Amino acid sequence: MERRISIRKLVMTVISFIVSIAFLLPFFWMLSTSFKIEADVFKFPIEWIPRTWNGIENYKEVWLGKDPFALYYWNSIKITVSTTIISVTVSALAAYGFSKVNFSIGNFLFLIILATYMVPQQSILIPQFILYRYLGLFDSHLGLILLGSFSVLGTFMLRQFFMGIHSDYIDAAKIDGASHFRIFWSIAFPIVRPAIATYAILRFIWTWNDFQNPLIFLRSDELYTIQLAMQKFTSLNGEFYSLIMAAAVSAILPLIIVFIIGQKQVIEGIALGGVKG
Amino acid sequence: MKDLSVEAKSIVENVEFVKRKKRKKSVIEKKENWVGFLFVSPMFIGVSVLTLLPIIATFFLAFADWNFIMGIQSVKWVGLDNFKALFANEVFIKSVLNNLLFLLTVPICMAISLLISIVIDKHVYMKSYFKVAFFMPYISSIVAIAVVWQVLFNPTEGPINQFLFSLGIENPPKWIADPNFALISLMVIQIWASTGFNMLIYLAGLQSIPKELYEAADMDGATRWDKFKHIMLPALSPTTFFLLITGIISTFKVFDLIAVLTKGGPINSTTMLVWHLYDSAFVNLKIGYASAIAVVLFFFVLFITLVQWSLQKKWVNY
Repeated sequence: MERRISIRKLVMTVISFIVSIAFLLPFFWMLSTSFKIEADVFKFPIEWIPRTWNGIENYKEVWLGKDPFALYYWNSIKITVSTTIISVTVSALAAYGFSKVNFSIGNFLFLIILATYMVPQQSILIPQFILYRYLGLFDSHLGLILLGSFSVLGTFMLRQFFMGIHSDYIDAAKIDGASHFRIFWSIAFPIVRPAIATYAILRFIWTWNDFQNPLIFLRSDELYTIQLAMQKFTSLNGEFYSLIMAAAVSAILPLIIVFIIGQKQVIEGIALGGVKG
Repeated sequence: MKDLSVEAKSIVENVEFVKRKKRKKSVIEKKENWVGFLFVSPMFIGVSVLTLLPIIATFFLAFADWNFIMGIQSVKWVGLDNFKALFANEVFIKSVLNNLLFLLTVPICMAISLLISIVIDKHVYMKSYFKVAFFMPYISSIVAIAVVWQVLFNPTEGPINQFLFSLGIENPPKWIADPNFALISLMVIQIWASTGFNMLIYLAGLQSIPKELYEAADMDGATRWDKFKHIMLPALSPTTFFLLITGIISTFKVFDLIAVLTKGGPINSTTMLVWHLYDSAFVNLKIGYASAIAVVLFFFVLFITLVQWSLQKKWVNY
């Protein structure tokens, strides 16, 4: 059968393309506004390509001005990277324990952990807040990192993948005298590496975008994450929309980069596990 | 006699062997227990301290009168007073109603996503471009998105109303500044932001439908609509059910949009459960009252989860 371009399909592509552009308009507006001078922001019809370019000044003001985004960026990177590494480690260890080590209370502990997944995170905010004040973790990056480090979802997801490893591999290694830690590190971990990459990227996106936990568990300005800074910046610079849009572009950009790099993992991970942040 | 003693001997030997094996096995078992516990202990300790302990505390606090400033000793037990106050409070009732209204976003979003996913699954070129385009809002931060929409919805100068003005509409709604339109505006943003996620899940569902089903239907002369109704929809029912449940649960957790855009206003028109909880606990410092909201939220989500478990088998045809 010969392959040729079908007219029908072409028409559908064009229609879908127009719909997708309409869908993405808020992003285009954000990007174009971030390069404008303030006076042109609300000109109608919208100037999609700014007539007067002010991009460098806007981004300079956002990054190096009174509220330096450079600092908030660093805070967000620190928190996001630490949370991702710790969460992946904790979840991978637990997932291996629950799937490849036969121990008597394993199933029971797994059930308890799984049951906590039903608890909406917001209904335990108050006791967490009290506990954090008591432990001195309130208003600290460490506290925020710990909050995101014990993911039931991650454990569950990785456990599924560990269970897919044939026990022959593990038994063979055991007969050769390898300990479970050795088996975990040299056999199991490399096999499930793609799954771990998927979970790590998702965790990165969720942590970077998290607004609620920083809002409640951070107080000092200099500890703010990019999302908190964004909101503060908006309420301080309510009149300067071009600056606000430059800040918004800056907040989204790292995610777009991560997404482009790990597109396959993100899409497959979400489609496979059907997971939602 | 001799035969018997041989037999007895072998029995004794067998017993000894089993005993030894058992002893060895129990040593291994003991070791496995320890190793297993070591592997899962970071996770288990973390979940115990940060989730299990707090959920128990929430239930205690819901029956107490207390605030952050007072010491633990000054907790006052007030029985059901917090819950009585809850159901007597207009803002709480309004929050529940708004949460229920917000549920409408779930089926609307699912319908749009289903349509998009069917179109881009088979009927377009550049499929991966479309996947990424519709998925963009999901990976973007809600705060940045909310800020952009805030400006787009600006009543006098925002691009949306300028567009409506240019069409000759003299009094377009004031969107998030208008009590009658604020919730609808939030719902529009919510639908826009969750379409990508729903679409991806539907795409995965569509791709798992065996081609033979369509081929068989073609041979029987089925129309496009027949195929949609009798093959696609039933085959997608697990996906639909999953999206419905996760969608409902996520509407009960809506917070970021409200916190950035409306703070529950104007005149409480956009207050919802989690916002009301946050406002009561961290702005008004009413810990007992806010914990009662937390308990209500917990039971809402628990109820939906239980419904999910009990209906999963009935509604879903594989």
